[in-house]
Amino acid sequence: MSEGTLYDKVWDRHKVTELPNGQDQLFIGLHLVHEVTSPQAFGMLRERDLEVAYPDRTFATTDHIAPTEADKRERPLADDQAEEMLSALERNTDESGITFFGFESGKQGITHVVAPELGLSQPGMTVACGDSHTATHGAFGSIGVGIGTSQIRDVFATGCIAADKQKVRRIEVEGELGEGVYAKDVIMKIIQDLGVDGGVGHVYEYGGPAIEALDMEGRLAVCNMSIEGGARAGYINPDETTYEYLKGREYVPEGEAFEERKAYWESIASDADAEYDDVVTVDADGIDPLVTWGINPGQVIEISDVVPHPDDFEARTDREAAEQALDHMAVDPGQSMLGYDVDVAFLGTCTNGRVSDFEKAAAVLEGHTVDEGVRALAVPGSESVRTECEARGLDEVFINAGFQWRRAGCSMCLAMNDDSLEGDEVCASSSNRNFIGRQGSKDGRTVLMNPAMVAAAAVEGQVADAREYLDEGPTGGAGGVEEVAD
Amino acid sequence: MSGDDQHITEVSGTGVPIPGDDVDTDQILPAKFMKEVTFDNMADYLFYDARRDDDGEFNDHPLNRFEGASIAVVNSNFGCGSSREHAPQAMMRWGVDGVVGESYAEIFRDNCKSLGIPAVTADHETVTELQEWIEANPDGEIDIDVEDETVTYGDTVIDVDIDDAMREALVDGIWDTTSLMYSNRSKVEETVADLPYAEGDD
Repeated sequence: MSEGTLYDKVWDRHKVTELPNGQDQLFIGLHLVHEVTSPQAFGMLRERDLEVAYPDRTFATTDHIAPTEADKRERPLADDQAEEMLSALERNTDESGITFFGFESGKQGITHVVAPELGLSQPGMTVACGDSHTATHGAFGSIGVGIGTSQIRDVFATGCIAADKQKVRRIEVEGELGEGVYAKDVIMKIIQDLGVDGGVGHVYEYGGPAIEALDMEGRLAVCNMSIEGGARAGYINPDETTYEYLKGREYVPEGEAFEERKAYWESIASDADAEYDDVVTVDADGIDPLVTWGINPGQVIEISDVVPHPDDFEARTDREAAEQALDHMAVDPGQSMLGYDVDVAFLGTCTNGRVSDFEKAAAVLEGHTVDEGVRALAVPGSESVRTECEARGLDEVFINAGFQWRRAGCSMCLAMNDDSLEGDEVCASSSNRNFIGRQGSKDGRTVLMNPAMVAAAAVEGQVADAREYLDEGPTGGAGGVEEVAD
Repeated sequence: MSGDDQHITEVSGTGVPIPGDDVDTDQILPAKFMKEVTFDNMADYLFYDARRDDDGEFNDHPLNRFEGASIAVVNSNFGCGSSREHAPQAMMRWGVDGVVGESYAEIFRDNCKSLGIPAVTADHETVTELQEWIEANPDGEIDIDVEDETVTYGDTVIDVDIDDAMREALVDGIWDTTSLMYSNRSKVEETVADLPYAEGDD
């Protein structure tokens, strides 16, 4: 049993009571709502003649079905089903007194991008959303959990979820990241080491030098993919990086109130002598960027490695999964992923759709153009991200290189809008899931990677090592690395 | 609130094996079918892509071969990925009343509990044997006894595990957590009053 961890402290502060079924009733401090998983829950509320108990702690936006082409965001939306979902959300939030960030607000975007940038997600909170990537908010030292629609009904009606306390696994990430290696690579390395189901029954506490050195946007990317490692929640203890990020954001108190709030934030960090259910160490020192070769996020290699052979796996089921992956991706054991042909490049999502992600991609694209065979989409995670990128002139870099510069939404991560893979297209993607069919085509193929790697793949029309582009810059000096793109 | 008898101590029927580890909710219910504001039609979309050939015809996917089954038998980390309740909703509406598997992703298991679908676990060998038995006995009856934590098929009785909270909830008929928690409103207010970030709330 863990003791003295952030998870224990935040749990205790939010525990209302123990329920007759043995679970704890846990108060949810921030409930995020989007159009896809909420209409059924609002319907359930109406069936029971109940109201939203804590509308002030509930915030909604539209992301999954949001068209990302500017001219397609006019109402009514061309897609009748999307229009119905969006209208239902507008009506439901209006009737319930919930703040809704729509297209006109300038704050619309992916829930897990919007809430952090507005300062809604704060340390020591419990956060819930009908979306498995709610773990993202753990970057602030909160407990973020994805919930199903019946649980959304629970939160609407009671402000609470019924939950089982999990074990806490401390993941000590050692080492220093080299240039061109980012938070996305760290979390893919962790999943490579611990597996896609390694976190089942656990909450992950990420720490150690490689984590502490990350900025907030990097930490958000790490926590975002906790669920891909099987952990429903993952978090990082708050520190000065966290507090600096929060200062001045719209929903964060100012002045004296900020200092008072900060005292609470500091108090919920894991104690130095906290006890964990287990501690594992992941060595991230000098890792290369990682890319997936298969059909789940655990089927991943450093770019310098080769696709494994099914016989390399001990468990029969892992061997079968590897064979299925080789078949679907049309790759062979022993093959490098470098040179794997790419048809689509997709930048964005709740993992890598923030300003610094576009900066990293832009650094690669500067002076290059997208391969003529590649359809390239840059989809900001929120409208705030888009306007900030535009203020810095980053949109010009993408447009000049041949990317389509879009409006905010989940887009091709799961293809609930018009952005979809066709046939067996291969997508170099900064998203979080490479499941079969995930990007909208059952034969489509996804290669997950960091945003700079997506940019390099777009330029070359094949999986490439983005670091070769960074070496061209003033911080280069690796020597002898020639420009590879044409 | 719902006053129906919600005790679920036993579910039974014929089985359908859905083999494979890490079966994700994108496979169970592809996102393109989530653009509906109710769960009413979800059964039509269950394993939509996996059940069809390139020409759109039904293939030999187990769900096509074992129509009418009530007990799904799955392997490890079933239901991983997206939190969409659309996945177990689709299974339930297709006819699944209970699941036997090696392990489940947590959100999927929670969703099953919310819907009153017992999801029990057994080891790899036991689950595989049951899957093979179903292939050989498509009309064979399988019984999940939630209270006794057993699964019976043919002449075989196996011990299975069920998450404590799920077992209590189903057996005692308290899996409707909204009703359960709604009665604790005053305690919630006390908890909120002690949270530094929620102090100003109504």
